Amino acid sequence: MSVPKIEMRDVTKAFGGNKVLDGVNLTIEPGESMAIIGQSGSGKSVSLKCILGLVQPDRGSILVDGEEVVGTRGAAMTRIRSKFGLLFQGSALFDSLPVWRNVTFGLTRGRNREPAKMRMIAQENLERVGLDARVLNLRPSELSGGMQKRVALARAIAPRPEIIFFDEPTTGLDPIRADVINDLIVSLVDDLGVTALTITHDMASARKIAHRVAMLYQGRIIWRGPRDRLYDSGNPYVDQFVQGRAVGPIS
Amino acid sequence: MMGSRIGTAAFAFFAGIGTVAIGLLAAIGRVTAFALTTIRRALTPPYYPGKLFEQILHIGWFSLPVVCLTAIFTGAALAQQTFTAGSRFNASSTVPGIVVMGIVRELGPVLVGLMVAGRVSSAMAAELGTMRVSEQLDAMTTLRTDPYRYLIGPRLFASVLALPVLVLIANCLGILGGYLIAVYKLGFNATNYLTISRNFLEWDDVAMALVKAGVFGFFIALMGCYYGFRATGGAAGVGDATRTAVVSAFILILLSNLLITVTAFG
Repeated sequence: MSVPKIEMRDVTKAFGGNKVLDGVNLTIEPGESMAIIGQSGSGKSVSLKCILGLVQPDRGSILVDGEEVVGTRGAAMTRIRSKFGLLFQGSALFDSLPVWRNVTFGLTRGRNREPAKMRMIAQENLERVGLDARVLNLRPSELSGGMQKRVALARAIAPRPEIIFFDEPTTGLDPIRADVINDLIVSLVDDLGVTALTITHDMASARKIAHRVAMLYQGRIIWRGPRDRLYDSGNPYVDQFVQGRAVGPIS
Repeated sequence: MMGSRIGTAAFAFFAGIGTVAIGLLAAIGRVTAFALTTIRRALTPPYYPGKLFEQILHIGWFSLPVVCLTAIFTGAALAQQTFTAGSRFNASSTVPGIVVMGIVRELGPVLVGLMVAGRVSSAMAAELGTMRVSEQLDAMTTLRTDPYRYLIGPRLFASVLALPVLVLIANCLGILGGYLIAVYKLGFNATNYLTISRNFLEWDDVAMALVKAGVFGFFIALMGCYYGFRATGGAAGVGDATRTAVVSAFILILLSNLLITVTAFG
């Protein structure tokens, strides 16, 4: 049996008196695309940040390729992070840099070296997400929300990571643009053969992107299963959430 | 009954003082840890000389106009005030000496520090705070780039390097401002004014001004970066960080100026 790409074991995290994660257990196999669904504030983003070492859990263990993340710092953590690409909810592009430097930031680590080569790499990655060379020299503030998402996607894939996280990839986009982003994510995950973890409360997105779906509620994974079972889960919490009903066990 | 109430009030009073003292010590500890982390990481590779140069330009070169104006006007006003006050005691000849000592030892470093703090601390806090709340700092970390090395270290070192140069320029212009008023308005002899000024000026004064400038530069960047880096809560949080950074920088500049002056001349 292969080593899981990501394994969360009994991960707990509280901010003050607010327990955001309360014993999360989750396993993601290599090459798998997993989506975590759940209400706003249910701990989805905190889970991602714990895996990336941006937030330290209070308790529990997180393994990436069998290597412990919790408590790891410095060069060892930087090496683990090099396996990841992350598409942020708000894109999180660097305002002060042009698009081509944003896309290649992970390769140059912020230094302005080999600009001609980096521009070519940026152009290749932008073409992969459906943008052409005209945006290379633009600033992020000159792009629409959908274009910013694509640039952020190009930045996430440019270092060719083994694992890509998508944090609410379709939030703030109209349904057509959202579907374009979903298609892009599916094709990127297939083409690049990466492991993917998406957090979303967009059901259409979860069903399209993920092989498996898990639901996070009150800091715990309360259901997991293949995407085809999402609307037939047998779990009243999942049923209420995916159908968007106001009445149900989720208050 | 009465004694019990007084006892409770006294307990609450001392508990309040204790809480404030503990909070202050904790804040000092956090700022110190932030400064030490920045210095430790900025001194180990990867280095960002381009970012350092960029920040020297931002902090030093672009602060020059406001620093020059402040210095020249303050020097001129100081000469006029010293002359007016000195005339009452037949001591108007002290104008060159007081202008030189006042500008070089105190007004030059402090005014430059305050002007640059207003301009630079706020900009740093706003920029880093915006990067924090829009997750750009997290994005940078996930892209294997340490914000302490890439953003904070260059700002801190650039500020420490740029402030002494600005203070040197401000001191020269402050003395020039005093000279212009003294010679062209108050009727001083130009050669005498310069000779007296030169005789009053000691290298120790210049050295102390440069030490003060370096310390002020450190506090200006430290406060801007620290509060920006820790900003939370969207636009309002960035606003709070910016205001707190500037106020803290002002207080630290004035406090450290007093301590250095008292240590040097006490």
